[in-house]
Amino acid sequence: MTTMLWLQAAGCGGCTMSLLCAESPGMVEMLEDAGIRMLWHPALSVQTGAEVIGLLEDVAEGRVALDILCVEGAIARGPGGTGRFQMLSGTRRSLMQWVERIAPRARHVVAVGTCAAFGGVTAAGGNPSDAVGLQYDGGLQGGLFGAEWRSRSGGPVINVAGCPTHPGWVTETLMLLAAGEALALDGYARPRFYADHLVHHGCPKNEFYEYKASARELSEIGCMMENLGCIGTQAVGDCNIRPWNGEGSCTRGGYPCINCTAPQFEDPAHAFVETPKIAGIPVGLPTDMPKAWFMALASLSKAATPERIGQNAKADRVVVPPTLRRPK
Amino acid sequence: MTKLVVGPFNRVEGDLEVSLTVADGVVQRAEVNAPLYRGFERMLLGRDPRDALVITPRICGICSISQSAAAASALAGAMGLVPTPAGAAMAALIHAAENVADHLTHFHLFFMPDFARPDYAGRPWHDRAVERFTAMEGSAQRTAVAARAELLHVMGLLAGKWPHTLAIQPGGVTRAPGLREKARLGSTLRAFRRYLEEVVFGGPLEEFAALETPEALMRWGRGDVGLFLEIAADLELDAMGRGSGRYLSYGAYSLAEGPVFAAGVWDGVLRPVDTGAIVEDLSHAWMAGPPAHPFEGQTEPDEMMAEPGYSWCKAPRLGGLGYEVGALARQVVDGHPLARAMAGGGVLARVAGRLLELARTQEVMERLVAGIVPGADYMASGKVPREGRGVGLVEAARGALGHWLRIEGGRVAGYQIIAPTTWNFSPRDGAGVPGPLEAALEGVAVDGPGALAVQHVVRSFDPCMVCTVH
Repeated sequence: MTTMLWLQAAGCGGCTMSLLCAESPGMVEMLEDAGIRMLWHPALSVQTGAEVIGLLEDVAEGRVALDILCVEGAIARGPGGTGRFQMLSGTRRSLMQWVERIAPRARHVVAVGTCAAFGGVTAAGGNPSDAVGLQYDGGLQGGLFGAEWRSRSGGPVINVAGCPTHPGWVTETLMLLAAGEALALDGYARPRFYADHLVHHGCPKNEFYEYKASARELSEIGCMMENLGCIGTQAVGDCNIRPWNGEGSCTRGGYPCINCTAPQFEDPAHAFVETPKIAGIPVGLPTDMPKAWFMALASLSKAATPERIGQNAKADRVVVPPTLRRPK
Repeated sequence: MTKLVVGPFNRVEGDLEVSLTVADGVVQRAEVNAPLYRGFERMLLGRDPRDALVITPRICGICSISQSAAAASALAGAMGLVPTPAGAAMAALIHAAENVADHLTHFHLFFMPDFARPDYAGRPWHDRAVERFTAMEGSAQRTAVAARAELLHVMGLLAGKWPHTLAIQPGGVTRAPGLREKARLGSTLRAFRRYLEEVVFGGPLEEFAALETPEALMRWGRGDVGLFLEIAADLELDAMGRGSGRYLSYGAYSLAEGPVFAAGVWDGVLRPVDTGAIVEDLSHAWMAGPPAHPFEGQTEPDEMMAEPGYSWCKAPRLGGLGYEVGALARQVVDGHPLARAMAGGGVLARVAGRLLELARTQEVMERLVAGIVPGADYMASGKVPREGRGVGLVEAARGALGHWLRIEGGRVAGYQIIAPTTWNFSPRDGAGVPGPLEAALEGVAVDGPGALAVQHVVRSFDPCMVCTVH
């Protein structure tokens, strides 16, 4: 049996709400099947008040063994490093202090969502609450815990980043940890099973991308990279490989990928839905392609855009169907 | 006199602490504390106004679409833009799906598990409550979570994902549904109706929505709703935590022809909402500044957290008075006879208001899907002005949500948000008048350390604390 404790720090609770959207199996069945016993979850467990404080003390003092600590939300350190911007109610202690006490007891520590991983939206716009991630402050190593910090298993904080997280990213991370598997992590400590993919992979707008047939406004179905701020070619996530809520994803919904799995996505230094350009050329092209090649290919493919693709890109639905290829 | 602090107060969205002064086993005075500050209104200052569509939904993972809708509406106001009728209808459908999912989550995951506690062992309904609603284990909980996940396929089809979508824009929605989407949405809603009728209500939704009196309601006797009503009668939940009888609703689901559920204030008489008379009082909040209308309001945290402040929540007042908001308020203002007959009620009335709305909104969603016309115009385009202001007033699951936006020099110069639970869980104002929950808790019995009656009253409001303190 694997024990798990879930704490909600400074965040919106949306990663829990998203986790409840898990299907085949649902969240409760997944935990059961993986042999995970939820010691307490603030939104789901029955215990309240003194019942919980006793449990948290037991875990913090090592009287109850903890295998997995999940933290959702950033750690609010303000004001003045006291953590008092988020007191764990009924305890006279900040949530920051509770996490500092409990995390060293956990075999694995999982940061659920971009806030817990890097600070995320809680750290946006001047960071009013002085929020950080568990082991990162934006893109820099060292958040609440230093770069060298390790959980009891010897690993760093596992950053299941995403705003929100896809339910599958969380359930699969938990299933793998409960099964004792070694979880491969990328350079930001995100599980590679989803971070090795780009949001671009499987995007239904790929054909528009190939020809740089671009949407000019939201609601047009063309590629959103050139004008509408889409960074799906650089953002990690298998969002277009495994769907969200049945058959969705941001780009399928007709709006740009804003790179929500990345540190500091919350402050892009331009409007989210507008691609910054220098002399008409988008800045921030795909990271692993030489810029000159990209420009050369883009201008070639743009010149070669078939009529069908060019017209559809600027409509809100397919107006020109593919030309039929008749058997000879 | 004894002091009792209830916290961590779980199965509410976000952080909540309730401090009670108790004498002779009864609450004399309650202070509600929202112990988390993040400062969203400050984060928005100086940004491109369109960024509000990314930032404000992330205030709250359970009311995310409501925040989107309010931000889009405030922007549309500043832009002088009206969404296309078809775009407004799809935004309404997306919004309704979230509100319905939230009502379902509240009933099954947040509210009902308390009746499965051993404290109630021996009550004639207790074994059934344990079987159906034990936290994380009850059979009703499991089917509710599954039905909710399937309902939220509406989001996958229309909004990309949930929570946190950019699908709702000032001019409409980003994805134009075609015939295939219409068929698929219809099938998702039929499955959800089947679940509601077979499991939750145990009968036709129209029959429940047609109930007109509390007596008829209490005779319903079917489904998990029947189990709740049996518990409510036994524990006299209507008398527990009664409200002031003053209700506010901005009107839900704004369509070209007007809102689906009407806007107004009700205190025995229905009147229009005068948003110009809204003031946020900071006397008991850890916030600095004079009382102000949200167009002038500031968010300046008092880092010393000095007394008499006891919460990060401001105290909104309309014409000097606090108002209760939520599903019951919406249904009372809309004039539903059952809701009107239960106005002023306590735990039972609030939960019944939510159930009534669950039954009524299913029909609303079905009508919106039936009205989908492939090829219609789903988005109007416009430009954000250099100077301007706009108000976005919507109804979240938990009640009236307002965004007040000021644009200067093309950037956000002011952004103030009054969320539903800011109304319901407001601290005292400058005159010492308690907020709606604080008032409702006065007189509630405190029996045992768990203070279960207090928990029922608090959860009957379905608080969303992360929205409250944004």
